[in-house]
Amino acid sequence: MKKSKIFLGIAIVAVAGFIAIAADHIDAPAVQGGTNDITDFYAFQGEDTNNLVFVANTQGLLSPSATGSASFDENTLIEFNIDTTGDNVEDLVIQATARDGKMYFFGPAAPSSTGLSSSILTASQQGVVDITSYGSSATISTNGGMRFFAGPRDDPFFMDFAQYSAIVGGTATAFNNPGDDTFAGTNVMSVVVEVPKSMIGGTGTINTWVETKRKQ
Amino acid sequence: MKLNTIKLYAIAALIALTAYNCNNDDDSNTEPIGPDFSGTYIQEDQMGRPAVNTVFVSSSSKDDFNTTIPSNQGAAFQSMFQTNLEALSPAYANPGDTNALGLDSATFTGLLATDVLNVSLDGTTTFYDGTNVLTGRALADDVITVELLLIFGGEDFSENPTLSNDNVDANDKEFLTSFPYLASPW
Repeated sequence: MKKSKIFLGIAIVAVAGFIAIAADHIDAPAVQGGTNDITDFYAFQGEDTNNLVFVANTQGLLSPSATGSASFDENTLIEFNIDTTGDNVEDLVIQATARDGKMYFFGPAAPSSTGLSSSILTASQQGVVDITSYGSSATISTNGGMRFFAGPRDDPFFMDFAQYSAIVGGTATAFNNPGDDTFAGTNVMSVVVEVPKSMIGGTGTINTWVETKRKQ
Repeated sequence: MKLNTIKLYAIAALIALTAYNCNNDDDSNTEPIGPDFSGTYIQEDQMGRPAVNTVFVSSSSKDDFNTTIPSNQGAAFQSMFQTNLEALSPAYANPGDTNALGLDSATFTGLLATDVLNVSLDGTTTFYDGTNVLTGRALADDVITVELLLIFGGEDFSENPTLSNDNVDANDKEFLTSFPYLASPW
């Protein structure tokens, strides 16, 4: 650890090439800036502790003036993957996709196939909610113990990304105190779904991740 | 079912069908056409834990990482993660160095390369709250500082202090206590 100063200098140069924007904002060339770019994923116990909440945020760094015209892409499928058996393969999925101003939700249900290719589980439609328009209060719907929301929200992510970039880029050697939240004042397009734990394994630990998939 | 009953049902069905078919008044057909959910959807992006693809995956592999299923990510990406972690942080420079979870660079990157979020269904859900580790991700969790501490902070979070906290500890808006939990947009 003590050769750290020199080492850090080398490290900074070595690492400079591969940093984009955290948490997952603009993470990769194929999705960067597009409607399929996931910015963040959260999973936490709900206000009703019998429930778990999944949040998928997409289309990051929307300024207030750009938010009103932002929309969900009808060719995008947002898929929450849930592994209940510990093998990192999805046993259940919750799917969300937009059609004509509404967000439709399917599952939790077993996918027709696991992996990179999905079809929508139309037999397991669980809910639909009007997509909240910018400037309106949140529209929520409920069905079968689940709750649904889709629309613009404040980006809940916070980080001094600018200073992190400066450190990694070699133009700074430390974070500032206090730091400056690069994501302050920006919005994302959010999908929030709350589901009874009994529908996703009930007890124990799940492994979960979110995907965006595009209609072919 | 008795034969007569079957006949009766058949006749009833026929009448119903005929009656329907005789209805030529197409203008009164207001049956809504549902949305089209057909087709195949192919993966473009995925995410489990925060900032993993951003920090640990080399630029030429970022799209690859997003389209590798989690159960294959460890084998495909762990060694790249370890190389990049050791290049990024002096806290793993010496043999035997670990982070505060007791994980050396190989073990830590083995955990991270499979990019799924572990979530407990039995209580507190947090990325790290001082007690619980990797039991979920709550909105208010300072996940970046946690990751910086695990990357730079060494065995007891004391190493490289100017790199292990970005000093942004909370969101710019209050979260809601009730669904949908996220704050209204700016």
